[in-house]
Amino acid sequence: MSFQPAQRLRSKDLVGIDPLTPEEIQLILDTADQMRSIAERPIKKVPALRGMTVVNLFFEASTRTRFSFEVAEKRLSADSLSFASSTSAVTKGETLIDTALNLEAMQPDFIVIRHQSPGVPHQLAKILRSAVINAGDGAHEHPTQALLDALTIRCRRGTLEGQVVAIIGDLQHSRVLRSNVLLLARMGATVRVAGPPSLIPIGLEKLGCEVHHRIEDCIAGVDVVMMLRIQLERQGRMNFPSPREFYDFYALTPERLKLAKKDALVMHPGPMNRGVEIDSRVADGPQSVILEQVTNGVAVRMAVLYLLAGGSGEPTAH
Amino acid sequence: MHRIQVLDARELARVFERLAAEIVEQVGDDEKLYMVGVQTRGVPIARRLAELIGVSTGQKPPVGAIDISLYRDDIGPWRPAHQQPVIRDTRLDESIEGRIVCLVDDVLYTGRTVRAALDTLMDFGRPRAIRLAVLVDRGHRELPIAADFVGRTVPTARAEDVQVRIKEVDGEEGVWLFKEVAS
Repeated sequence: MSFQPAQRLRSKDLVGIDPLTPEEIQLILDTADQMRSIAERPIKKVPALRGMTVVNLFFEASTRTRFSFEVAEKRLSADSLSFASSTSAVTKGETLIDTALNLEAMQPDFIVIRHQSPGVPHQLAKILRSAVINAGDGAHEHPTQALLDALTIRCRRGTLEGQVVAIIGDLQHSRVLRSNVLLLARMGATVRVAGPPSLIPIGLEKLGCEVHHRIEDCIAGVDVVMMLRIQLERQGRMNFPSPREFYDFYALTPERLKLAKKDALVMHPGPMNRGVEIDSRVADGPQSVILEQVTNGVAVRMAVLYLLAGGSGEPTAH
Repeated sequence: MHRIQVLDARELARVFERLAAEIVEQVGDDEKLYMVGVQTRGVPIARRLAELIGVSTGQKPPVGAIDISLYRDDIGPWRPAHQQPVIRDTRLDESIEGRIVCLVDDVLYTGRTVRAALDTLMDFGRPRAIRLAVLVDRGHRELPIAADFVGRTVPTARAEDVQVRIKEVDGEEGVWLFKEVAS
């Protein structure tokens, strides 16, 4: 399974990994590879998106993703505006659609949106002319995160094909998991997942992954271990007795990491709960590529902005 | 489309030699010379010129590559609804600061690629001078740009197309003119 990159993205929007073909994923990753080198230039900025405006619409807390998009926008010379729901008219009761339509009336070219409800980016993509980029919608998708994870694996391993990736932690609330399973399976990698039974959604294996209950079984012999954050804010009630117990049964510790391949990569989308899902000795250890993921995030977002800026994509289907 | 060969492989080889000789004559064996090819075909052409310059002066200049996609004037808001150009490697392993950069491309046409290439280079430093070498000048400039070294001037109509084909990229070697034939 090897893919020739597509010539362009078919859609005007990036709402998820699900609508992308392997060829489109290849195009985004190849473009991102080129974008990586811009950060090493004396002037870390190119004029490609000069005169274009990006609105970053974040209805949910974020430092990494929002900063990453902002850096990507600035490196491409786009003008960017950032919106935080706490200081906006949303607090006065304006609906999401009205907020979006009002912002679009100011003629931005892109709307980057993060929202706690799944499907919001898809809905906006249908009603807005601007290119909509999903920066995370509830527990649904987080496409640029999966793309930056894939870029990180590809940079270290040369290919995604044939890689065995273990994804461990809170599988119930993770959009990172969904997007990653979709992407990795589509690109020919094998995905195994593990987490406490109370945090495994029913039918998860249908996404294209093997489901394990013990981290030890899941990790054995893998090329990559990706830990997911325990999302305390998304849990109405605790789905496990305590963070300490979670650590005892599911955290990535130096001992457990030894079960993976000798040079297995350790990844985490951040923010990390040190001492809950990941031990500091692993997070800061020689196999960790967690900070490379952050660097690659900027490159991936530059690639997506650049490719969508052509504006040749079709409107997202109703 | 009618395909007319303008230069065959042997003629092209002579063009390379003459271009290299002219560059040596003007820039001399200055160790500040830095050959920089514009992706895609400019890069192997720059490499070959550097080899020939090395043979004649005993000092082969370094070769770099630049991709101008992100500096084009026909991407983004200027040309709505188009396919974005595929970005290729930009590699300037040595700094261009204070160097005499000889920019190399296959065909000089509107001059817009060269404008984008100049802006790209300027973001990497302040060279002492930038010169331009092209294999073919086909005319129809839209910007006030001229080449310092021209392999062959080929008069063309706008509707025609000139293609330089280089072994490293295309598997064959030569220059062709594509003409619309009246039917």
